[in-house]
Parts: sequence; C-alpha cells; structure tokens
Amino acid sequence: MPFLELTGIQKRFGDVAAVHNFDLAIEPGEFVSFLGPSGCGKTTTLRMIAGFERPTAGTIVVNGTDITHKAPNQRNVGMVFQSYALFPNMTVADNVGFGLKVRRRSKDQIHKRVSELLELIHLPDKASRYPWQLSGGQQQRVALARALAIEPQVLLLDEPLSALDAKIRVSLRNEIRAIQRQLGITTVYVTHDQEEALSLSDRIVVMSEGRIEQIGTPFEIYNFPSTGFVARFVGTLNVVSAKVLDPTAGTLEAAGQPIRAAGPISGGHPGDALTVALRPEIISLGARDGMNQLSGVVDDVTFLGAIVRVRIRFSDDSGAISFDTFNNPHLAVPDRGTAITISFPPEACLVLDRAEIAAAAAPEDLDAA
Amino acid sequence: MTNAALPLSAPGTPSARPVRRRFSWGWLGIVPFLLFAFLFLIAPTFYLVIGSLQNAKGTFTLENFAQLFTPSILQTYENSIEISLVTALAGGLFGFLLAYAVISGGLPGILRSALMTFSGVASNFAGVPLALAFVFTLGRVGLFTIFLRDVLNIDIYGAGFSLYSKIGLEIVYLYFQFPLMVLIIAPAIDGLKKDWREAAENMGASSFQYWRRVALPILMPSLLGTMILLFGNSFGAQATAYQLTGGFIDIVTIAISRQMRGDVLYDPNLGYALAMGMVIIMAISIAGYSLLQRRSERWLK
Repeated sequence: MPFLELTGIQKRFGDVAAVHNFDLAIEPGEFVSFLGPSGCGKTTTLRMIAGFERPTAGTIVVNGTDITHKAPNQRNVGMVFQSYALFPNMTVADNVGFGLKVRRRSKDQIHKRVSELLELIHLPDKASRYPWQLSGGQQQRVALARALAIEPQVLLLDEPLSALDAKIRVSLRNEIRAIQRQLGITTVYVTHDQEEALSLSDRIVVMSEGRIEQIGTPFEIYNFPSTGFVARFVGTLNVVSAKVLDPTAGTLEAAGQPIRAAGPISGGHPGDALTVALRPEIISLGARDGMNQLSGVVDDVTFLGAIVRVRIRFSDDSGAISFDTFNNPHLAVPDRGTAITISFPPEACLVLDRAEIAAAAAPEDLDAA
Repeated sequence: MTNAALPLSAPGTPSARPVRRRFSWGWLGIVPFLLFAFLFLIAPTFYLVIGSLQNAKGTFTLENFAQLFTPSILQTYENSIEISLVTALAGGLFGFLLAYAVISGGLPGILRSALMTFSGVASNFAGVPLALAFVFTLGRVGLFTIFLRDVLNIDIYGAGFSLYSKIGLEIVYLYFQFPLMVLIIAPAIDGLKKDWREAAENMGASSFQYWRRVALPILMPSLLGTMILLFGNSFGAQATAYQLTGGFIDIVTIAISRQMRGDVLYDPNLGYALAMGMVIIMAISIAGYSLLQRRSERWLK
C-alpha cells in the first residue's frame, strides 16, 4: 500500500492550469524527485502536499489519512525551502527545536532531540550560532535538521541545493541521501537539475507544463525516455532528421546513410520523415561491425577535462552529431576537417514520433546543453 | 623547469613608484553641502554649546543647566516627553497596522502606492498649515465639529474635547506621525519573508505562535527604532504646537522660543541650555534608533 498517494490532483490559478491530473503513489521510505523546467508545476505540486496550496481537484492521502483539506500546521509534513527560511532571530538550536517548542515538548526532550539532529548533520558545535553566522551549506543542513525534528511522515525538499555552489551541492546531496536512507523517511524532492534527480532518486517524475511526462527509475528515465520531452530534458542529446526506409525492418536514412533502429517503426511508412535522438556517450569513434555507422567531417573538438567532445558534420547539411570519448594521454584526437566514421548500436536510436518532432531540439541542441 | 627569479617588472619599464592620487573633481560637488552643514549645523551647535555655558555677561557658568531642574522647566520636558511618547506609540501602532494591512494583507496593489504617496506628503505636512487645517475641521467651529453637532447630534466640545488641549495636540501630531511610520516600516514589512511563515506553519505553529515567536521578534528592532524616530520627530516640533495652542501648552520647543524672543522671560542663555537638553535627548534617541536599525538590517537582509 502506498504511503503517499496523489490522485487526480489539479491546480488552477485563475485561467491558468498549473497542474493537470497528477496521479502518483509513493512507497514508504521511497525517494522520489519531481524533475522539470521552471513553471512545469513541480513546486506547486509539492506545495499542495505541504498544504500551502489547495488543489482545485483531487486528493492527497498520507499513510491512509486524507490530508487534502488539512491546514499546513496539522499535516506533520516536514519541508526544506530553497531559501532555507531559517528564523534569523533564533540560534541554530532554537531553529531546530522550534517545531518541538510549538508542540509544547519539555525542555529536556527538545535539548535531546536537537543534539541528536545536530550530530546527524555534523554541526554539533554550531548550536549557539545565528543563521547569518553560517555558510549557505550549513544553513541548509540546519534547515534539514529543523524539518526532521518534528519526525514528519513525509519530507519535502524544494530545490534545496539550488542556491549553493557546485562543490557544496554535490557533497550536500550525498549527505541528504545518506540521512534519508538512515532515517528511512519517505521523501519528495523538487529539482530542475537532472544530475541531482538522477543521482538521488529511487524514482523520478518528469514534468512538463503541469503534466507528468514519465515516471520511472533514473535508469529507465535516462535510457528509455517515453517522450521526446524526456529524451531532450534528461541528459544531453543529438537530434537528427531521418527518413523511413523500411518500417518493418526498422531501417532509416539519416544524413543520407542507412541506419537501423532496434525494432520495427510502428505506424511508419516508407518515406516518412522522423527524428532520431542519440545520446553522445553511446557513440564511438571508428567503424564497428554490427553497428550503425555514419561518416562525416570533424567540425569541432572540445576538451572538457575527463571527456573530449567531438562534433561531426555531414555532407548533406542534415545537421551535426556530437559524441564524447574519455580522455587519456594516448587518445588520438582527430583534427578539424578530418573525415571520420562513428558507430552506435541500433538500440541507441531513440525514434521520436511525429508529435514529438516539433518538441524535439534542433540538431545543435547538444552544444547548447 | 620554471624560472624562480622572475623580475617584478620587465626590463625597460619604469620601476614601481608610489601612485600619486589624482584630484577628483567629485569633491567639488559636495562643497555646497559642506558649506551648508558648517553654517547651519556645526557653527550653530558650537554657538549653542558655548552659549549654554555662559551668562548674560559672557562669563562661563553652569547656572543655566542648574535652572533646567527647576519645577517649571522640568514640567515642560515632562509635557514634551509625554506628548512625544503618546504620539510615537499611537502613531507607531496605527502606522504599522495600516502598513501591514496594505503590504501583506492581500489588498489590491494600487492601495499600496496610494498609501505611500499619501504618506510621503502627509509626513511632511506640519507647522502652521497643519495646525490651521485642524482648526478648520476640528476647531470649536470647525467643519467636522459642526457636522457632528448639527447632523449627528454629537457635541464633542460639550463632552470635554478641545483641539487646543494636550490631547488635541496629540491628534494633530498623529497626522504626520503615522505616515512617517508607514514610510519607514514598509521596507521592514517587505523584508518579512513569506517562507518564514510557511516554515513556522509547516512545523505546526499557529498564526499566533508565528507572530509571537518569529514575526514580532524579527520586526521588533524596526518597530522600536521607528518609534524612537517618531518620538524625536514629535519632540522637536514647535510651529504646529505654537500655532495651535498659542503657547498655552508648555513644551520645550515653545519654552525655548519664549526665552529667545520673549519680552518678559528673555534669557537666551537659558534657551541654549534648554536646547542642549533637547540635543541630549535627541542624541540618545538617534543612537537607539541606529542600534536597533543595525540589528534589524542584519536580520532582514
């Protein structure tokens, strides 16, 4: 039985529909991320779980209790805000103990719990500091401890790392995940950062324009995107125009050269224009037997440290494809203008349907990403 | 191999010399201000300090300061402090509630700009015009007094009210006190983050608990600081009180003017000492305001 269940959730702000028919069941102890661009409805959905927004339709059930119409202060749901929202007039200890104080717990109980949580977030010596005396990362850890102090049924995190610099972000996200696993608390995490969602989550809900595009594990979302939006939004992607040759055999023509998809192209007819998406890391340099092969001319080589990104352009002006290869001192990096061949397996071809073609990115999308 | 002994400057380039600062013409821009401050603030203050320590013959004495503790002068300070306290507290409270309602009360945005415009004008509306405006509306034969008496059958003067009394003066002062409160407290209310309320609610706090433990303590330095400013604003007012009461209510500013230009009580040196007493009270007020404002800024940034 799911621990947190959202059924038919809708939210309208006047004439604008922010969330459409949102259905989701989250298991106890599961870590689920809402991933999507700004304005896709992920934060609105989170705020409906917290009780700060009231759904226009639908129900929210936590542990078998309908909380849809409960006030935020009666939900026992902990939330960590993007801005930390620590009370500036209180010390770290007072911030963490705030929820227990308003619940009229004894001083001893509060002290004990605050000490436990400060140990958990590795800030036991900062109890008497004020928020303005802490770094951003420390403040966010205090905000996490404060949300956990009340022993919430569900933990909600609204882009908690977006205000931090890259290095702190990575270490803090690992810490959040470790604490979540240690406590086994059911968690909903909102982010627009795909790397964060992929590295943290048990499951990801990809959202766009208030709708769920796909729900799946990070592996499923990345490797088997069910819509063009997901393919484009999660990870980096090459998008090339193609033409159906034989839909039953799954053969296509891309950049004037024949390639093969993993299976038949359902609903396709010979001559139909389609779009094929390819992940850059699945493409390898050189001709390999049993794989799709495309030949072109090296247009650009970008050194990215651990990775070298090569872009090749095709003679028929059908666009460009970029691919990544791991850097090593013996790597023979092709020069610009060199004619090369790349290979990729048929399973790597993500064939996007007609409706998704419009939504798919331009062929240069990868470089923009 | 690296070159460990690289010269600081390349051969042929001039060696490091102390950089001569070029004269900035920007200084010219603040000359009028400095001149103005010297002529109308620094020099008079100096004159005031010296004058308060001299008698009519120019001999140095502390007699003027000793006179400040006579019952009649102490009474003028008491009146000034009482009026300033009442108008600071009432204006502060009323102004805060008004500003909060308009800024955070979910009212139409246009009300905010209307209130701010009104406050900007009203907070500077003082002196003779303000006193006359109140005489014409709430005076014994004022428009509103007559309306109340003839239309609603309420005789406020018959009930003991007088515009020319201490309470009347306080009402008039409130006209510029509460808009000043609105103007100064508005940024502090803006600084009260919505997330704080939501975080408090999320942890189970009621609205009362949020106000008691979070919002009021955060706003308190701003509230107190602004009220201190209102106190100073009222404490230094003279023209409004003089025009309204003709000196009938003895407040410090009127007592000073009486000593400076009165026919009977002419004693400018005592006037200087009275002014020094005001300067000290105002300095304490401003110091308190700065202290509280600094704390508030740290919290609300």
